[in-house]
Amino acid sequence: MAYFQKTDGSGVLLLAPGDNIAVATAELPAGTERDIAGSRIVLASRVEVGHKFAVRAIAKGERIVKYGAPIGVASRDIEPGEYVHTHNMGSDYIPTYTLEDGHRFVEEAK
Amino acid sequence: MINAYLRPDGRKGIRNGILVAYLVECAHHVAREIVYPYRSQGVQLVGFSGCYPNSHSHKVLQRLATHPNVGAVLLVSLGCEGFNKGGLLETARESGRPAKLVVIQDTGGTRKTIAEGQAWVEQTLAQLEHTPRATMQLHELVVGTKCGGSDATSGLTANPAMGRAFDFLVEQGAACIFEETGELIGMEHWMAQRAATAELGQELIKTVAKAARYYAAMGHASFAPGNADGGLTTIEEKSLGAYAKSGQSTISGILKPGDAPIKGGLYLMDMIPDGDVRWGFPNINDNVEVAELIACGSHLVLFSTGRGSVVGSAVSPVIKVCANPKTYERMADDMDVDAGRILEGRASLDEVGREIYDLILRVAGGEQTRSEGLGHQEFQILYKSFEPLGPACFPSAA
Repeated sequence: MAYFQKTDGSGVLLLAPGDNIAVATAELPAGTERDIAGSRIVLASRVEVGHKFAVRAIAKGERIVKYGAPIGVASRDIEPGEYVHTHNMGSDYIPTYTLEDGHRFVEEAK
Repeated sequence: MINAYLRPDGRKGIRNGILVAYLVECAHHVAREIVYPYRSQGVQLVGFSGCYPNSHSHKVLQRLATHPNVGAVLLVSLGCEGFNKGGLLETARESGRPAKLVVIQDTGGTRKTIAEGQAWVEQTLAQLEHTPRATMQLHELVVGTKCGGSDATSGLTANPAMGRAFDFLVEQGAACIFEETGELIGMEHWMAQRAATAELGQELIKTVAKAARYYAAMGHASFAPGNADGGLTTIEEKSLGAYAKSGQSTISGILKPGDAPIKGGLYLMDMIPDGDVRWGFPNINDNVEVAELIACGSHLVLFSTGRGSVVGSAVSPVIKVCANPKTYERMADDMDVDAGRILEGRASLDEVGREIYDLILRVAGGEQTRSEGLGHQEFQILYKSFEPLGPACFPSAA
């Protein structure tokens, strides 16, 4: 695996060719536009440092790929420029625990 | 190279402290009181809380009592607990270290035991000033790595930079240990490709499968709500970042907590108990794994954080590498390295990797890390059980 060496000041990192998500290296407001992997991407919402967004359309059930590695599966259709997180993708292994309502651990604690 | 402390058993350490170990929670307060006045003079507190004997916890304390960074050992027992205190005392004495056992019930209670323990610490501190020194080469150094309070920047900056430092160390013949098998879930096939032999590759895959099974039974991955707040969505994504700490070297073997690497190279420490799932979460916090890395002989531990962990450890210094530039701004006093510069384009991955490597040499030479300076000595041992490793786990021994 080849790790990136240095950022280019665009605030955006596509970690490996073929990834369907990119990572923000600076806080990016909604409406930010960038050319990524040959497409014009417009951010649908704000993306914080280290968080990720789709760089092409991803269908429900498709793997999310970061640094060339699958990191989970889309739980619904995702548009290019859309923020990608627990609301639209999930693990292939063990569900993610957050402090949001609806999670099993939160329910059990009530 | 490194001006180290030479132990009677021939091993070399980079610190020269007294370890005070309580052998059950009931002896914790007395042990802490013994340490307190000397806490900035290298007198450190460790211990095991449980009353029931357990071979893993015994092995970890044995390895720490004979760790090359430790000059002398004081064991503090209540008296009626299950820990094999005689066996541990004998191991420490056989290593040639000054070692003593105080038993609270025999000594006559709290006050008398604190006084007896402190008298011994006073006298032993003076004795340790005459510890012989010896030159230590890089191939004698053992370094562990850990990440804690991770966010999505950890895997982009600090972890791969620590991986670069690991690559430099392995090239020089040092032994480097990565672990957190629960945070390698999803990376097992990538990792197997880096194994020294195909058989070791299969063992690496099995190790991660065991971790996935263990955490699935717990109903919870090695994943905290703060990880999600920091942009990590799944355990696989966290694993992708955690895996970067291992660098790019060939993987030479697998260790279990307390096993020392037999020679230089890169090792995976498998910290998930063997057999039935019966011990609860295998890493209830970061320090459990840090203690296990140190029990494998780590002279120091690299620790990356994105959200901002402040922990250090007893026995071995912890070098804190901050992944997130915003966290560094808020918590610079706790951080040894600002790896978030990579994200801002102010440094390259290789530059920060080299900076970490240089700092390792200085810390091995005696420079205090931030967590050492702040007095952090977090420590914990859990109940676990392990089966011995098969020959496929250490091909270089063949």
